[in-house]
Amino acid sequence: MKVKMLSRNPDNYVRETKLDLQRVPRNYDPTLHPFEVPREYVRALNATKLERVFAKPFLASLDGHRDGVNCLAKHPKNLATILSGACDGEVRIWNLTQRNCIRTIQAHEGFVRGICTRFCGTSFFTVGDDKTVKQWKMDGPGYGEEEEPLHTILGKTVYTGIDHHWKEAVFATCGQQVDIWDEQRTNPICSMTWGFDSISSVKFNPVETFLLGSCASDRNIVLYDMRQATPLKKVILDMRTNTICWNPMEAFIFTAANEDYNLYTFDMRALDTPVMVHMDHVSAVLDVDYSPTGKEFVSASFDKSIRIFPVDKSRSREVYHTKRMQHVICVKWTSDSKYIMCGSDEMNIRLWKANASEKLGVLTSREKAAKDYNQKLKEKFQHYPHIKRIARHRHLPKSIYSQIQEQRIMKEARRRKEVNRIKHSKPGSVPIVSEKKKHIVAVVK
Amino acid sequence: MNVNRVAESLLALSQQEELVDLPKNCPLSENEDEGDSDRERKHQKLLEAISSLDGKNRRKLAERSEASLKVSEFNVSSEGSGEKLVLADLLEPVKTTSSLATVKKQLNRVKSKKVVELPLNKEKIEQIHREVAFGKTSQVLSKWDPIVLKNQQAEQLAFPLGKEQPAIAPIEHALSGWKARTPLEQEIFNLLHKNKQPVTDPLLTPMEKASLRAMSLEEAKMHRAELQRARALQSYYEAKARREKKIKSKKYHKVVKKGKARKASKELEQLQKVNPTVALEELEKFENARMMERMSLKHQNSGKWAKSKAIMAKYDLEARQAMQEQLAKNKELTQKLQVASEIEEEEGGTEEVEELLVPHVVNEVQMNVDGPNPWMLRSCTSDTREAATQEDPEQLPEPATHEVSESEGERPVAEEEISLRDFEERRSLRKRSELNQDAEPAGIQETKDSSSQEVLSELRALSQKLKENHQSRKQKASSEGTVPQVQREEPAPEEEVPLLLQRPERVQTLEELEELGKEDCFQNKELPRPVLEGQQSERTPNNRPDAPKEKKEKEQLIDVQNFLTTQSPSVRSLAVPTTIEELEDEEERDQRQMIKEAFAGDDVIRNFLKEKREAVEASTPKDVDLTLPGWGEWGGVGLKPSTKKRRQFLKAPEGPPRKDKNLPNVIISEKRNIHAAAHQVQVLPYPFTHHRQFERTIQTPVGSTWNTQRAFQKLTTPKVITKPGHIIKPIKAEDVGYRSSSRSDLSVIQWNPKQITTRHSKELKKNSVG
Repeated sequence: MKVKMLSRNPDNYVRETKLDLQRVPRNYDPTLHPFEVPREYVRALNATKLERVFAKPFLASLDGHRDGVNCLAKHPKNLATILSGACDGEVRIWNLTQRNCIRTIQAHEGFVRGICTRFCGTSFFTVGDDKTVKQWKMDGPGYGEEEEPLHTILGKTVYTGIDHHWKEAVFATCGQQVDIWDEQRTNPICSMTWGFDSISSVKFNPVETFLLGSCASDRNIVLYDMRQATPLKKVILDMRTNTICWNPMEAFIFTAANEDYNLYTFDMRALDTPVMVHMDHVSAVLDVDYSPTGKEFVSASFDKSIRIFPVDKSRSREVYHTKRMQHVICVKWTSDSKYIMCGSDEMNIRLWKANASEKLGVLTSREKAAKDYNQKLKEKFQHYPHIKRIARHRHLPKSIYSQIQEQRIMKEARRRKEVNRIKHSKPGSVPIVSEKKKHIVAVVK
Repeated sequence: MNVNRVAESLLALSQQEELVDLPKNCPLSENEDEGDSDRERKHQKLLEAISSLDGKNRRKLAERSEASLKVSEFNVSSEGSGEKLVLADLLEPVKTTSSLATVKKQLNRVKSKKVVELPLNKEKIEQIHREVAFGKTSQVLSKWDPIVLKNQQAEQLAFPLGKEQPAIAPIEHALSGWKARTPLEQEIFNLLHKNKQPVTDPLLTPMEKASLRAMSLEEAKMHRAELQRARALQSYYEAKARREKKIKSKKYHKVVKKGKARKASKELEQLQKVNPTVALEELEKFENARMMERMSLKHQNSGKWAKSKAIMAKYDLEARQAMQEQLAKNKELTQKLQVASEIEEEEGGTEEVEELLVPHVVNEVQMNVDGPNPWMLRSCTSDTREAATQEDPEQLPEPATHEVSESEGERPVAEEEISLRDFEERRSLRKRSELNQDAEPAGIQETKDSSSQEVLSELRALSQKLKENHQSRKQKASSEGTVPQVQREEPAPEEEVPLLLQRPERVQTLEELEELGKEDCFQNKELPRPVLEGQQSERTPNNRPDAPKEKKEKEQLIDVQNFLTTQSPSVRSLAVPTTIEELEDEEERDQRQMIKEAFAGDDVIRNFLKEKREAVEASTPKDVDLTLPGWGEWGGVGLKPSTKKRRQFLKAPEGPPRKDKNLPNVIISEKRNIHAAAHQVQVLPYPFTHHRQFERTIQTPVGSTWNTQRAFQKLTTPKVITKPGHIIKPIKAEDVGYRSSSRSDLSVIQWNPKQITTRHSKELKKNSVG
């Protein structure tokens, strides 16, 4: 006679070590789980609340400069190293992990206008108010040696900005005109001009490296082609553009930080309409830098705050400010896309997390899974009013808050006036201009 | 100023003159003018005629009326005429004089050359440069479009992009400098080299490589496909064989075996003719089988079954016969084989013996298509099968034991085929009937013959399912031939009817749709059953008398709202019939009368009341059965929770009173829950196009509580993954599979400092033309 017995494989329910999780058998039949949506909703709500609770983005402040920080540069090979130039001509190299200054150079007399590193990370260039371009070694001088630049180029006019080519031994400066230099020569190999106003910044395209963009004080943005040694196109905006930054993942996209509190993302092939107008700042935007993933960028503003914008959204997702931070002049997103650095008027460089509530350090796999799940939940339920309210809530200093209100009123009044004008004039006589096109004065071929 | 004044005075004068002239005779003065001009023309003509009298054209001297800057000796001047100087004009006078040949040549040369256009100004040139350069650059950039798009739409992006795989050099490369030193190593290497074994790459020998190379890709593919096909066929045949093996009918197996045996014998004969040695081997096999039989106790009347039969044999004739049959079989099997034809006499042997008896060739042959493949058979002899199905299986002629002879070779085969097919047919039929009536005990069916059985079962099913017209039943009974088809079609219309409510009218408004539900139940009462397809035509006329009624209702529905808005007091009066009717004056009564006439036959009030009642009913919470079987008492199949418990868990929570409770003329919808509304999404979020899409995304849970681990991981993958501590470099052409330009950005400038290349200039020209 056969006797049937229940037999179980202990592998199915006994864990190997005490550290393992208990195996919980589950029945995934949806009829047994009638409240999945409400439960997930509550989880999403909790995740959103926790995100706000843990949103503490400020990491460190690097002090040491004796004047406002005017420019920042990342080290191309080393995540922990950053360089900063101050308004008193001092250049400092910082170690982020130790959060201290590792080297100080009195580089220029007057402002350090621009600083950039060579693509290999062995040296860096500075330009200053003293009409010089200087190349420095990244490593400090040996014992007993004097701190001296590798090369110094004495120019005729003041250089206001500098950027290095992403692959070759070429750099570009701007001032009266855009000059392209070979590192080995003392004369520019090519200089390009279009118009007569001084150019405030020049940037190489990181993807198609022969492209350059510059912005001049006569309110225009000019694009250059280094290969053909000619400017390409010029777009004139309502107000002056302070800086531009190219998207490192999308070759033809760049964002311009404008004096009219907005940022404009352009497709360089169609300059007559910006792809997106990013508005949230309440004062002039002074600097902008893309995240290396190309999905977001950070902007520094005169309104003492920095904001993070998704590339495809017109409103910022995050605003960072502290009581002590004054006008933010320069900002950089670190090349691992985790941190943001900003240099401001009050002589400090601040280090922020790019994701305010992100946990730093190595995550266990369970932590990672929980993080991903929470993120997904937040995303899934983001449109629900209570969750949205919590997720959107940010504390702002009173000055910014009141300015936002003020500007909202102004904007509303302007809009009302516009609507009234359209209403009371012959149909079609007053053109309706979209917000995107409103700020573009002209495109010059 | 002066000139203007003079002109004005002149104008005034002339006007005065005109004014003077006008009163006299205006037509005359006009005539005079015309006459003057005529005269002049005539004079001109005369002069021309005189000049032409001369014979050859006299050169006309251009009159010089004013001082000209250019005074040409040939009296050619471009002044005054407003036209440009044409070279032909210059050449014309030169033609006649032969002395000016050199000048002519020069002029001709000039004529052939094209005029160089004026150079554009610098700004214009620069602009063209820029435009051309911009065109080129944007062309270069547009190659990034697909990549950008792909990255934007990607489910997940992992940074850094370019996966730099650590180049793992094979150990052989790393140890290239290594040499065999010890004698043992050298010996081994020698051996390896001798046999051409791979020393560095241990995967393939040179021979193997060569052989690999010999077979081209296509060949390999074809080979693989063939192998696959063979495997598939094999599996089909295996499955088929398994199926056939499962068939319990002894008769069937008998027939099959006989067929096999016959084939085997035939082949043996053929073999004897063609290849006697192989035939001998086959014979040996038979001999072996015989020996096995002799050794074994099978068919020796010593088994359990045989013993039981032996006991029964005294009383039962059949048992005795069976015993004898077995013995006879034993004899047959143990008889020495002389002729192949004797083999086929064996019957009902065990399968092992059977398999041994039948040579392997037979099996293979059967695998082929001309074996009992039902598909092939059915196609070729379909009519015979028809006949076979009509026959009663019991009356089928018993497959008699045929002696195989060449003359009768064809017929028995056909007969066997028929009987085989018959078996299959009947099996399928039985299955079908069993499926149709699950409740019927299977035993009953087997006793009756199949055809009558079918009809009966159908009738039973019909009576169960459709309790209605016997017409169709008669049809069924009469149409025996098409029974299976009808039976198959039958359930379909029954299921379809509630889904498709076929009506002559088209439903267009919401109200009509609401009415639909009500009408539906009415119709169902009137016509107790939707009927078969054959009766469809009968049913539709039945529907028709309803049509006018429905139309009426339609009219009512259209006017309900109008009526209510205008005549609310009357509503109340009707709802509460004995109240203020006497107080109304004549006019009102007239008006009401008019309206009544206009909407004669409408029952708006009742409709409204009904609607309201329905709304109230719909809003009242329904009882929910929350009893869980097995809690607090025994549960299981056939056990029901007790009524007491059910009462305890039957719950209908009472809601707040309706807002329109005291408002007889109003329906206030209470579908919207204001408490829930605060938590609900008011506007459809952006990427979604329909609220149902959005709801679906919300309703699919993400968590691991509701999903398997794998699914959970898949659902919660973040969109952007970055590695901590890794530098993310800008995207490169090589990362995405493009060829990056080899020439340096710098070199171009150095070699080509602001110079217009030929291509450039061409483009420039194109631009300037366009």
